[in-house]
Amino acid sequence: MAGIRSVLLDRARRLGPERQKLIRPGWQRHLLPGGVAFVMLALFVYALDRFGFGFARIWNGLERLGFIIGFMLPPDPKGNLPAFAWALGETVAIALLGTLIGAILAFPLSLLAARNVMTNRIVQFMSRRLFDGVRGIDTLIWALIYVNVVGLGPFAGVLAIASSDMAGFAKVYSEAIEATERNASEGVRSTGGRRWDEIAFGLLPQVMPVLISQVLYFFESNTRSATIIGIVGAGGIGLFLSDTIRTGEWQQVSVLILMILVVVSVIDFVSARLRFAIIGKRG
Amino acid sequence: MKARIPLLAPERAAAVRGAYAEAQRAKRLRTLGGGAILLVLCLVAAFMAEVSPVRFAEGIPRFLNYFSNLVPTLSLANFRADMAEWYWGINRWTRLLLDTILIAYTGTIIGTLVGGYLSFVAAGTLNGSKWLVFATRRLLEFCRTVPEIVFALVFIVAFGLGPLPGVMAIALHTIGALGKLFSEVNENASLKPVEGVLSTGAGWHAAMIFGVLPQVLPNFVSYALLRFEVNIRGAAVMGFVGAGGIGQELVTAIRQFYYSDISAILIMIIATVMIVDILTERLRHAIQGREGQ
Repeated sequence: MAGIRSVLLDRARRLGPERQKLIRPGWQRHLLPGGVAFVMLALFVYALDRFGFGFARIWNGLERLGFIIGFMLPPDPKGNLPAFAWALGETVAIALLGTLIGAILAFPLSLLAARNVMTNRIVQFMSRRLFDGVRGIDTLIWALIYVNVVGLGPFAGVLAIASSDMAGFAKVYSEAIEATERNASEGVRSTGGRRWDEIAFGLLPQVMPVLISQVLYFFESNTRSATIIGIVGAGGIGLFLSDTIRTGEWQQVSVLILMILVVVSVIDFVSARLRFAIIGKRG
Repeated sequence: MKARIPLLAPERAAAVRGAYAEAQRAKRLRTLGGGAILLVLCLVAAFMAEVSPVRFAEGIPRFLNYFSNLVPTLSLANFRADMAEWYWGINRWTRLLLDTILIAYTGTIIGTLVGGYLSFVAAGTLNGSKWLVFATRRLLEFCRTVPEIVFALVFIVAFGLGPLPGVMAIALHTIGALGKLFSEVNENASLKPVEGVLSTGAGWHAAMIFGVLPQVLPNFVSYALLRFEVNIRGAAVMGFVGAGGIGQELVTAIRQFYYSDISAILIMIIATVMIVDILTERLRHAIQGREGQ
């Protein structure tokens, strides 16, 4: 290494300052990346200090974590399996209904935010921003609010998922709509179709495969969200999960986690197959 | 100019028409079948999720009432004082919100570094050991499938209340999410530089650092920035279970029906997420722009 380096540098020295600069750029080149890295590192260290990362605390915590993992084995539902299975079914039901309601309600909204449908720029821009804003609210926050509005139970969970999805769907729908070709809509208009005919027969068939595959994506991610909204009392398996963790029933915790892992991967698999079938068939 | 379109012979036309009708019917049947399955699933789901139109109808006025309560009383004449009353806790909330951002930041950094390392191990094209690739992939899958709030619940028992378990939970989830994305990027990287580095007698780590990392770094940074935005949303609810940040205040406000506090904190969270969203988008475009030159 060192030998090659010195030979190259020696050659470079003979090239004159202009060419030398190309081979060995000055220190200025490293200023920006170095500065950014330094600031990031400083912030990181500050955060660790602020949050009380200390070797003793981490060590003790890891030790306790080791005990907890030991307590988790072997997984044992302690006779609660039927209740767990029902709660898991409830979780999937919440995800399914929430996704569908969100997907349906989002469609008219997405038209407002699509540049090629909504010709009023202000409305289009404002609705886009609004969706971004609503998207910033986590499903768990929605769940907590809906528990206050409709009471404890899975219904609050359905509404929470639908609400947080609506904005996300509206955003991706409007992007899909903006990516469509004008030809079909113009064709419909040339035969005397009205605005709604253009949307129904020119636009919708083009975006339908994208829409359906997005719905499936959201369903996958909502199954994950639906497993935790029970923590705030909005139905599903989350209630059992937080209760068993709080009371230290670790063997049941590991059963619940395993059940979640299985259901999430089954749903991922099925939805990937469906997505492939739909896109493959029509695309 | 007139052009004659030659008509098909009647028997050919009939055959085509028949085939068309057949295809139409099959398609309709498939759509109907899919719709019927979906409908049945929805009914079962509605039963399981205890959806009741009556309760929904009852809920509507309460819903409207709730959201109108969220709107604070602001008047133009007394705007400054009204704002001050609405945001009476601004100092405390700002501090907690900064904590939230810091939780997300620290979690993202740890997750990116560890996930980045594991992504090389999990890349089938870069790692010869099939067994190690398989094991790492399953580990990453576990980390990203278990929700971060569940990790937080467990870590709170092990490490005590506060932002620390929140950081660790977010870090662990980020390892899973980014590790997978990164390893896909790694698998698309060209192997020629790797061979070049290996041919000089360098070890595996050196080959990854000098052969692969320069190729994939812009993508890594881009994904990490996206993840940072997601993590801010995740960190905002960490306080729900006692893992630090603004969530604790929000959960108290919602549970105690402090309406104006709810809207004040929500607006702060939304604004933070939007600002971070815009900044990271700018940054990503800047990085991609530099890359393109």
